Amino acid sequence: MTVHLKQDAPDNRDVLDGTGQGVIGAPLPRPEGLMKVTGTATYAAEYAVEGCLEGVLVTVPVTRGEVLSIDEHSVLTMPGVVAVISDERMTGRPAQGMAGEAPFQPAQEVCYWGQPVALVVADTFEQARDAAKHLAMEWRSEDAPIDPASVETEEDESTLQGDLAHAMAEAAHSVDVVITTEGHASAAMEPHAALAQWNDGALTVHASLQMLKFNRAELADSLGLEEEQVRLLSPYVGGGFGSKLGVSQEVVAASLAAMKLGRPVRVVMSRQQVFQTVERRSETHQRIRLAADAEGKLTGFGHEALVSNLPGETFAEPVLQSSQFLYAGENRLLKLDLARIHRMTAGSVRAPGEAVGVQTVEQAMDMLAEKVGMDPIELRLRNIPEVHPAKGTPFSSRKLAECLREGAAAFGWEPRPRAPRHTREGEWWIGTGVASGARVHFVEEAKARVTLRPDGTALVETDMTDIGTGTYAILGQVAGEMLGLVPDDIEVRLGDTDLPPGSGSGGSVGAASCGSAVFLACQGLREQLAKRLNVGADELALKDGFARWDGGEKALPELLGGEPLECTGHFEPGASTEDLTVSSFGAFFAEVAVNRWTGETRVRRMTGAFGFGRVLNARTARSQCLGGLTWCIGNALTESLLFDPVDGHLANCDLAEYHVPVNRDVPDLEVLLLEERDAAASPIQAKGVGELGLCGGAGAIANAIYDACGARVFAYPMTPDRVMAAMESSRPPSEST
Amino acid sequence: MAISINGQDYALPQDPRTSLLDFIRGEARLPGTKKGCDHGQCGACTVLVNGIRINSCLSLAVTNDGDEVTTIEGLGTLAAPSEMQLAFVAHDGFQCGYCTPGQICSATAMLQEIAAGWPSDATADLGAAPALTDDEIRERMSGNLCRCGAYANIVAAIRDVAGENA
Ligand code: FES
Ligand code: FES
Repeated sequence: MTVHLKQDAPDNRDVLDGTGQGVIGAPLPRPEGLMKVTGTATYAAEYAVEGCLEGVLVTVPVTRGEVLSIDEHSVLTMPGVVAVISDERMTGRPAQGMAGEAPFQPAQEVCYWGQPVALVVADTFEQARDAAKHLAMEWRSEDAPIDPASVETEEDESTLQGDLAHAMAEAAHSVDVVITTEGHASAAMEPHAALAQWNDGALTVHASLQMLKFNRAELADSLGLEEEQVRLLSPYVGGGFGSKLGVSQEVVAASLAAMKLGRPVRVVMSRQQVFQTVERRSETHQRIRLAADAEGKLTGFGHEALVSNLPGETFAEPVLQSSQFLYAGENRLLKLDLARIHRMTAGSVRAPGEAVGVQTVEQAMDMLAEKVGMDPIELRLRNIPEVHPAKGTPFSSRKLAECLREGAAAFGWEPRPRAPRHTREGEWWIGTGVASGARVHFVEEAKARVTLRPDGTALVETDMTDIGTGTYAILGQVAGEMLGLVPDDIEVRLGDTDLPPGSGSGGSVGAASCGSAVFLACQGLREQLAKRLNVGADELALKDGFARWDGGEKALPELLGGEPLECTGHFEPGASTEDLTVSSFGAFFAEVAVNRWTGETRVRRMTGAFGFGRVLNARTARSQCLGGLTWCIGNALTESLLFDPVDGHLANCDLAEYHVPVNRDVPDLEVLLLEERDAAASPIQAKGVGELGLCGGAGAIANAIYDACGARVFAYPMTPDRVMAAMESSRPPSEST
Repeated sequence: MAISINGQDYALPQDPRTSLLDFIRGEARLPGTKKGCDHGQCGACTVLVNGIRINSCLSLAVTNDGDEVTTIEGLGTLAAPSEMQLAFVAHDGFQCGYCTPGQICSATAMLQEIAAGWPSDATADLGAAPALTDDEIRERMSGNLCRCGAYANIVAAIRDVAGENA
């Protein structure tokens, strides 16, 4: 049986609040936790397969051009080498998230420096790696633009309302500022990996991917196979952060090798290959304009951004996504431009858009608060728009004001207009900063099957992935709440395209979409059980393994009578959000110390307050927020992809040179989860939380740097050299160093 | 000529290029130890060699003749997890789990280093025994990257174990 819901109307029933099992939202540990800590959770490259060959991708140091010939014989005589794969179906780029079709082919047409063009397969990894270095190739190369400022741009989207220039001219207070951000890498800790097996026309691939139903279509299309011939398995994924949304080059290469050789083939990208060939978050060049009256009420809001991508890619970092509705201002100009350049594919890195688009607005708001002479929280509270400022649609639910207020109380925020350089401890200036946060809400079609087994336990199955997000935990909790079971009595199976297709993990859609599919399946099961008892589904209570109704009670196994009971839930987004603005919101607070001699910034503590609909598991949700706050620190202070200005190659292509936060960079972090119910967002009233923690917080750090030492830095990351320079230029002439 | 891994002897590999990490994951079929970078930059491959933590990707297997290697599988099992492993579960000291075996091996050895009086960059007084402060824990765990950003919970888990044994 299938229960299908296309959600065309808000669901205000809050069913999960009335079921009574008490597991929904509870801070339960992850069911797979013990496997992860004992090293028994198996990731893509780790399956023991007899006779498995090892493949190593070969890349070319060409920015744009074409591989003319590949001399297989240059390596075929080397020890252990089995084959060189340079099939035309090899893919030069990863698929974009939810593409569902083959990415760019053939790989031999080179569009960026370090593009993989061939695969060397050998008996052992050491042999393949050595041979890959020795593969002789001829190529042709040509000039290509690599600097986004050097090319004609194309307009991606724009919103025009009123007359911003006029509002700026008339404003009592205004801010007009250009802020840049550099590219980011997802840098998931598990390198991209695939283990492919080809048996009797059926392809099975263990891979590290986020969105299996799309990935299956992408892989099948790349190879010229039917989807039914392809099975993907990703029960454990060592982090994704966008980089595993679409099928990447090693998956296609491993599959082609397995198909050609009739033997299992494993391909794991080197860390350098992951950096250079998968995807980047685009650098951004942003201009923010704010016009306000004497009381700090916005009359104009402008946000323009330039981002880049390869020719042919549809993705443009959606920098303005939340700027559309975060703050008021009747005169609006929002414009996103795209430059076509030959750096590797730009795609989704955790929280595409907001991860770089909110913090810049938040810096501008801080500057405006200073001009108005107002506490920066008060300025924000004053400018929360009643409805979407351009579309006029109301918000489905919004905890922004509460996040600002409750976060401020928890953080110990001193409400006052800001004046920098108020506190010094030895050689460190100390300051605090605040920022709002927002992340638009998405849901995606999802299916999940729930089976009540004869012994009264339940099985939840979907091809959905858990990339560290907590899917195993939360899907079990939704089912437990609906079926009256303790989580120990629920098994969750994920990451296998043989199971009903879920949403996949990306854009924070997973919890609300797949959670809703499980919810619907359980609704179906409840109805079937009620029918057996001749009672209405509403009159049936399920708790602790028992069914209870007016006048009776039965243990589930007895009710099931030795037979399993199964139902598939099918959730589809519908019109419920059509005339609404649906987003999650938050607020960030940071305290920093800035060294007055070196410009080094240390984050001393952070608080984040977040409202994202129903909390499904307070522990895993908190961890998602902690992860987001940690990313804020890297985003603000250290992370930047650095491209060679001559040939566009990525210069810092490893974890020693691309600086993700380390343990000592991360201080005490406090997370407040503000419960809300968003009836339009999903039938379980939940929105996503995987990305929200990263959407704005770097702005709180930037504002804290200013509050500490008076340095307004307009380029992320705020490295010591940049902070020093800004500190120098902001130092009042009277102050001698 | 053998390497002992979790108490079991394995013959040294034929290929001198095989790293200790690839040997553990491959020949010894113990994939609990992870490869994150293969260049000593992430700590995912941390194991204990004769009780001391190292990045196993930076060691050639053939140079470990006669060494006693302990991997995550040797610290505890599903049936009998170690105190540190349980603390990581209790504090949600991980998300995707990929850095986790390295974090746990590192944390286990790190506490012994503090107990043995080894100083770190966070040690204020090099003459005194290092105190078990959060700053010490963070500094000494900074060789183990976690992109999921579980650091706050990792410190809490280690603090928990250290506190109980203090
Ligand atoms: S794999 Fe050894 S340090 Fe990264
Ligand atoms: S748990 Fe994912 S990298 Fe640490």
